[in-house]
Amino acid sequence: MSGTTQSKQAQSKHARRTGRGAAPANPPASGGGAAPARRPSGAKRFLESRLADWVLPLVLVAIIVAVWQAVCASGAVEEYVLPAPGDVLGKMFGDFGTFADQSVPTIVAIFVGFALAVVVALPIAVAMVYSAIVRRAIYPLLIIAQVVPKVAIAPLFIIWFGFGQLPKVLMVALICFFPVVIDSLVGFRAARPESLMLVRSMGASRWQAFWKVRWPWALPSIFAGVKVGITLAVVGAVVAEFVGADKGLGVLLITARGDMDSLTVFASIAWLTVIGFVLFVAVEALERILLPGKRGGRSHEASGSL
Amino acid sequence: MAAASAPFIEFDAFTKSFDAVTAVSEMSFELERGEFLAIVGPSGCGKSTLLMALAGLTQPSTGQVRVQGEPVLKPYTDLGFVFQGAELLPWRTALQNVLLQSEIRRAPKQESERRARELLGQVGLDGFEDSYPDELSGGMKQRVALCRALLHDPEILVMDEPFGALDALTRDQIQIDLQRMWMERRKTVVFVTHSIDEAVFLADRVLVFSPRPARIAAEFRVPLERPRHLSARTGPEFTRLVGEIRGVFETLGVLREERK
Ligand SMILES: Nc1ncnc2c1ncn2[C@@H]1O[C@H](COP(=O)(O)OP(=O)(O)OP(=O)(O)O)[C@@H](O)[C@H]1O
Ligand SMILES: [Mg+2]
Repeated sequence: MSGTTQSKQAQSKHARRTGRGAAPANPPASGGGAAPARRPSGAKRFLESRLADWVLPLVLVAIIVAVWQAVCASGAVEEYVLPAPGDVLGKMFGDFGTFADQSVPTIVAIFVGFALAVVVALPIAVAMVYSAIVRRAIYPLLIIAQVVPKVAIAPLFIIWFGFGQLPKVLMVALICFFPVVIDSLVGFRAARPESLMLVRSMGASRWQAFWKVRWPWALPSIFAGVKVGITLAVVGAVVAEFVGADKGLGVLLITARGDMDSLTVFASIAWLTVIGFVLFVAVEALERILLPGKRGGRSHEASGSL
Repeated sequence: MAAASAPFIEFDAFTKSFDAVTAVSEMSFELERGEFLAIVGPSGCGKSTLLMALAGLTQPSTGQVRVQGEPVLKPYTDLGFVFQGAELLPWRTALQNVLLQSEIRRAPKQESERRARELLGQVGLDGFEDSYPDELSGGMKQRVALCRALLHDPEILVMDEPFGALDALTRDQIQIDLQRMWMERRKTVVFVTHSIDEAVFLADRVLVFSPRPARIAAEFRVPLERPRHLSARTGPEFTRLVGEIRGVFETLGVLREERK
């Protein structure tokens, strides 16, 4: 059978890279004499390994921090303008209790607001896919809701809902709603019509067609939106806290700025960055778990660096 | 059951128009149960449209498609469809792609899986049950699609240029496999192809369609004995039939000498 050897190789390569894709039980009798793959050099092997995904960015961060440290050490800038990285780090962990305490409401607002956005966005996207009326009615509203500067609405939320968590949650939800709903919509419409025809010829119900075809086709796109959303969620929470809140990292930051306490400002920014980063990584991990199967193995390799 | 005398499948003055174009016009023909019918015709003449109407995926503009005397008004599900591309779902392994059929039909899991593995074995795919489509060659994907269409043991198998994208060698092999599987089951097959050779090699009867709007330009019975071997293609009977069908296309102006 033509193509057997070739795909075997593609498969074993794939299996090596991902550690899954169980090896076929009985290898084909013929075509087994494939030449052993050339052993890549040490450097190349490192660059292709998962470890490099961590080491490479860390090296880059180390370089940036070193430059930052050098600038501070040279005395070219005042300490209150740019505190040294070591000092910021010291502050981050020295005052850990304060930061942790202030982080809680911020993180809660991010979580709740983001979850709210996703929970509302997905059904709306689904409704827009299945109903032209809903799509035509909602689409312009979505655009308008997106072009209204959200930061400008924040003070309104404070007037309406006070200085507690609610305006923050709403701000977060509002700001990450749009990318999630738009990318979900794109995703739900990405299903190949032929795939839908196929399940229809099997007698699939709408429900089955949705879960067996539309949903899996949509997942990569949904996650693209969710990843943009989660990074925006942090922005939303901080903006809301800037405008007015009783507690939170944003509040801590804005207060410290008033006191010209740039060390606390930097440390707050650093903690917010850490929170945003961890959330993003968590979403990516979730994506890896939820995305069924494996897509783009061979074509990914064959398309090379283009 | 409707009138026992009714033909198994019947296209009755089937017409399908899209806004401006009439794809198929007033087409009538019948199929017996267990018959292997091949349809050849120029590109864009309405072959896929016809198959979709048989599967109940599209409705005729006028006329009727009937199976066992009953007009097809909604997706007809005692049928397996192999599409022009393999149409495997990229996130499912070969086995899972075949099992989509039983999942949608809510057929018993274990029994379906046993059958799916058996089918994959019959088309020479054992060892590839857990491979993803992206890791399979074109011919292998098409085989998986065939297994999926056969999993529920449908009365009708509809194939739309299933082997069009394959190289000649793979195509020969898969045709032999298909013939063998058909001889074991004797299901009714409607097979659309661009290849005259393929049509004559596989079918009991070949319908030749005219350019759009499609009409039946000619009909040929293929009296060759089964199982047909690849060597049959060089035999006089085979060559004569192929030549005659090619002649029909030439008369229709679809094939012109100087282009060849
Ligand atoms: N949904 C549609 N809307 C408008 N026109 C269509 C539609 N589907 C098919 N057609 C037209 O109907 C004609 C027949 O299409 P069909 O796909 O059935 O051709 P075909 O014989 O299968 O061609 P090929 O051999 O290239 O696959 C074509 O001219 C096509 O443009
Ligand atoms: Mg077609």
